[in-house]
Amino acid sequence: MTKAGVGTIETNYFTFASQQDEFILESKEKLCPVVIAYETYGTLNKEKSNAVLILHALSGDAHAAGLHKGEDKPGWWDNMIGPGCAFDTEKYFVICPNVLGGCRGSTGPASLNPKTNKPYALDFPVITIGDMVAAQKALIDSFGIDKLLTVVGGSMGGMQVLAWLVKYPERIRSAIPIATALRHTPQQIAFDEVGRQAIMADPDWNSGNYYEGKPPDRGLAVARMIGHITYMSDISMTEKFGRQKKNNKQPFKFTADFEVEGYLRYRGDNFVKRFDANSYLYITKAMDNFDASQNKPFHEVLSGKSLKVLVIAFKSDWLYPAYQSKEIVKACKYAGIETSYCEVDSTYGHDAFLLETKEETHLISHFLKSVSQKRGRA
Amino acid sequence: MKSDEIIKSDHKAVLDMVESNSSVLDLGCGDGDLLELLIMKKNVRGQGIEIDEQAIYRCVAKGLSVLHGDIDTGLSEYKDKAFDYVILNQSLQQLKHVETVLFDALRVGKKVIVGFPNFAYCRARLRLFFRGRVPITASLPYTWYETPNLHFLSTLDFLDYCKEKKIKVERKVYLAADKRIQILPNFFANIGIFLISK
Repeated sequence: MTKAGVGTIETNYFTFASQQDEFILESKEKLCPVVIAYETYGTLNKEKSNAVLILHALSGDAHAAGLHKGEDKPGWWDNMIGPGCAFDTEKYFVICPNVLGGCRGSTGPASLNPKTNKPYALDFPVITIGDMVAAQKALIDSFGIDKLLTVVGGSMGGMQVLAWLVKYPERIRSAIPIATALRHTPQQIAFDEVGRQAIMADPDWNSGNYYEGKPPDRGLAVARMIGHITYMSDISMTEKFGRQKKNNKQPFKFTADFEVEGYLRYRGDNFVKRFDANSYLYITKAMDNFDASQNKPFHEVLSGKSLKVLVIAFKSDWLYPAYQSKEIVKACKYAGIETSYCEVDSTYGHDAFLLETKEETHLISHFLKSVSQKRGRA
Repeated sequence: MKSDEIIKSDHKAVLDMVESNSSVLDLGCGDGDLLELLIMKKNVRGQGIEIDEQAIYRCVAKGLSVLHGDIDTGLSEYKDKAFDYVILNQSLQQLKHVETVLFDALRVGKKVIVGFPNFAYCRARLRLFFRGRVPITASLPYTWYETPNLHFLSTLDFLDYCKEKKIKVERKVYLAADKRIQILPNFFANIGIFLISK
């Protein structure tokens, strides 16, 4: 597992939906055109049977692996994607799209509204996890891929995986939801709402119309700080920061004296450079509204499907606790789906899905091998 | 593929009880050796449940479908007769709630295979009777302070229990030192394996 094993990567853009053929959202609202930013690693085989779709979390993007030209920061799951990695690019063709509603190349509230020639801002329609997945399906169609080898993602990426299971089970051979939930609990909604309120309380937010002026950086940074707290665990924060102070100077009132304060501020300040506040509102709302078993019990959705599922949770994850993953497992059991589940002993909290790559690599590489072989036997 | 020589005798006994192309749920599947064997030799559709995280990694490396969890609570989500066989090999004596799990296993599986160490094995009796010490035998290898076993039963205890609960015993296999025992099994066998159904 080498860092940036896939080398220099460029983001691609897939455009679909036209005036005549608009993209219809679950809200029945229409959108056109739709751009989906995506990256690919590895090569699609002749049978088009080796494609893996990787789906990112709230703050992620299409840049999952490799390096962009002139940059030194590898993609968000770089340790997992590349030659010899869990998603072995010598065997698999890996696709990672930026979600609909995002701000990293895909159509979102910061995109130009063709009707007004201004950014959509709050005129952007409400989007759902299902809409994100429908847009991904259009991308997969454009490659001519009939069945994905697997769909995989952590956190909100895991919700998209579940949405794939609900909406397009015939288009996937397996699914890997990681550190995720069938639906948000009130606690999860509550944290998202505090993040949204932080943005909307920033006067610079200006009801979403800030694209020509100063963006609500303070509000978005606070939202990110709250988020970061929920991504870590008590133990991981203690191990990382302790009660360490940044310097020995006599503290001035309310400066960031403790390391943890400095860290959160740094994370918040960095986040605003790459993320759009309105996207944060739309995407967190999509997560809160998501319910994998909206119309019927989740096990009914799964029953009779010949696919394999690997569910992964992490012990110290209190934002998406393991019991939520077990609910997915329960439905799989009831539906008679061949399922593997592992609760990885980690102290990293929710962030574990980005950090415990050794365990994930072991589980995922063997799982994908057995999914590939199963096809051979059938 | 494994050669026959290294197949453990209890695994061989289970293998003989399972029909080809059936579905199997292995409760407490450990490293998955038995499940792997059943898949290779009998082409079963197998699912395991195991509580030890490291064992889960070893199962996944064998390409098995395995769930990380406690079998004491892991059965209720399965439909009636979801599997042809539910296997409780060397795990019955370690369960907290034997009766609940056993009856749930009989609900979830059309047949259940139960294998456990025989506490009334002659060497165990000798050690207890003459030395006044808790038995340590090949099938009960643990000292009293480190044993994972919670229940100590003989093969006769189990058969009495089945009779009392009207559980049908379809096949009985008794083993000691990799040999099948036919005579006075509750005395000469250190492992009993039973195919039961409701």
